[in-house]
Amino acid sequence: MNLKNTPLWEVFIRSKNGLSHVHAGSLHAVDADMALQNARDVYTRRAEGISLWVVPSNAIKASDPVDRGEFFEPTASKVYRHPTFYDIPDEVGHM
Amino acid sequence: MAADSALFSYSLRLADNANVLGHRMCEWSGKAPMLEEDMALSNLGLDLIGQARSLYSYAGEVEGAGRSEDDLAFMRDANSYSNVLLVEMPNGDFAVTMLRHFFFAAYYAPFFEELCKSKDETLAAVAAKAVREMAYHLRHSAEWVIRLGDGSDESAKRMQDAVNILWPYTGELFESDAIDQQLLAEGIAVDPESLREKWQATVADVFKRALLTAPEDAWMQSGGRTGEHTEHLGFMLAEMQFLQRSYPGAQW
Amino acid sequence: MYTQALNEKDPNAGKDKAEDPVLEARFQARVDEEMRIEPNDWMPAAYRRTLQRQIAQHAHSEVIGMQPEGNWLTRSPSLKRKAILLAKIQDEAGHGLYLYSAAETLGISREEMESQLLSGKARYSSIFNYPTLNWADMGAIGWLVDGAAIMNQIPLCRCSYGPYARAMVRVCKEESFHQRQGYDIMMQMAKGTPEQKAMAQDALNRTWWPSIMMFGPHDSDSSHSEQSMAWKIKRFSNDDLRQRFINATVPQAEYLGLTIPDPDLKFNEETGNWESGPIDWDEFKRVLAGNGPCNHQRLSTRQKAVAEGEWVRDAAAAHAAKVAARAANKEEAA
Repeated sequence: MNLKNTPLWEVFIRSKNGLSHVHAGSLHAVDADMALQNARDVYTRRAEGISLWVVPSNAIKASDPVDRGEFFEPTASKVYRHPTFYDIPDEVGHM
Repeated sequence: MAADSALFSYSLRLADNANVLGHRMCEWSGKAPMLEEDMALSNLGLDLIGQARSLYSYAGEVEGAGRSEDDLAFMRDANSYSNVLLVEMPNGDFAVTMLRHFFFAAYYAPFFEELCKSKDETLAAVAAKAVREMAYHLRHSAEWVIRLGDGSDESAKRMQDAVNILWPYTGELFESDAIDQQLLAEGIAVDPESLREKWQATVADVFKRALLTAPEDAWMQSGGRTGEHTEHLGFMLAEMQFLQRSYPGAQW
Repeated sequence: MYTQALNEKDPNAGKDKAEDPVLEARFQARVDEEMRIEPNDWMPAAYRRTLQRQIAQHAHSEVIGMQPEGNWLTRSPSLKRKAILLAKIQDEAGHGLYLYSAAETLGISREEMESQLLSGKARYSSIFNYPTLNWADMGAIGWLVDGAAIMNQIPLCRCSYGPYARAMVRVCKEESFHQRQGYDIMMQMAKGTPEQKAMAQDALNRTWWPSIMMFGPHDSDSSHSEQSMAWKIKRFSNDDLRQRFINATVPQAEYLGLTIPDPDLKFNEETGNWESGPIDWDEFKRVLAGNGPCNHQRLSTRQKAVAEGEWVRDAAAAHAAKVAARAANKEEAA
């Protein structure tokens, strides 16, 4: 069964007036509108948020200053090591 | 007809619509095309069941015969149900389900906006809550109609098939009978015909973006208000009502 | 339980190339200090793999778990119960999504995890391979299965891996309603008509043993979980959690006036524990191996849903591509 890769988005919620947006998790959606609707359904079912942001995971550049040097993975520039963050040439085949 | 009796019937119709369509949403549980959509359909279902509960409770109150929301939902046979035929149509595939919901929401979103002005406080209050919900139902279903109508060749065909199946059931939304007229005169009900233009405009806009064609001059099916339903409702009620009917008097 | 994976042997153990001892020591020190490991931190390959398997199986369990309850949704005997059950099943889908999301931070994709489930390669909690045969099963599932899950999930809120711990915090907040609604159904049934009481007892009879089996083999037979304990993925032993669950549940059954189907269940005055009779581990193994009453059905239902939804997913992708192309053309033309 072939499940196509659907883009990955990170979800941020501002739960109360005055607070900043906090990362809540991620989800898959084909476009921004679906991502936002899905985020509403998955992350705010209990009326938990007053504002939602969805950002393509690929668009986020990350660094973590907690631990420098060797302890930090060289893949640091992405939020995390996800298979679809990295372009595998078609010739290489399924990976 | 006595005022209370008309109000009872009117509330019951709205409750039956919500109950039947809510049940159809439940049938998708665990089977949606993606997990995220399972959650969205559950949200739609929860809204509708909530509306049904409020409206059945009110109808029972108005009737004054001691019938509870569950008595009304579970102990009436198909010929007493007064929902529009559109909502009892089977789920079919996802195209049929989303189109059915779009047709319904394109009517009931403006309907509940109007019902907010009802002289009946309870109906107005139910409407105020439903308005916010139906806006989401309309947006969600319309977006899917467009996505599928203007998607792949297969989805376009399925969506056009869905139009052909469901179009004959849309006319009933604008029907009106003595009960509607009586309550309209009292400032309680909404005039169904008054929503036709808005509904047609919404549908035309979405159909254009979805590359869909509406049938011309189709014969419109009817019968919900008088309890003449399709064959589908009986099966639904048999499943829905099984426990209450098999174990009468039990509290659940 | 949903942590069945931690009782299994890591199929790739010993195949990893040697880890840098300095990095490994720093990693273990962080874990020992109860600090969280986050997605971009260095971690042993085996830690990553164990968590991927564990979190994925947990997610799969939530998704498959929608089916036994979905089985009674359209037959819910009141509008209130219907709404509550629908909300509960929706929560389970949501939990699946949180957990898939957490697993993805370890480098495995959602598509890969779903493929593993559909091909039968990945597992899910064995409890969901049993049928739901009367309305009281909805009560028994909430009361016993969710009750057992909570026992396990609260410690997981302090698991060493940040995204998993945070997902569990979210899940636990929502889970308490699940157990309460289940027990509420049991109370209603147990004090109802004779038929209802019989349904409740029947549900308890069928759900009790599979529920306590969810905690996994006895500690003496569970040799693969030491590493998980050291890595603070697993926080308490199987028998520990199982005993806590039984101790909490026995009085609840007594209150209902129902009989736990264990003639050897007895109270130990010294330890204060309710000691269980012998567990039939043959049944557990049989169900794990695929021969439970519903294994085939649960998987094929999921396969069918995914297969029938393919045209929808394809259409959504096609539409998104069209929209993107139009936007690009507009930009070019401008």
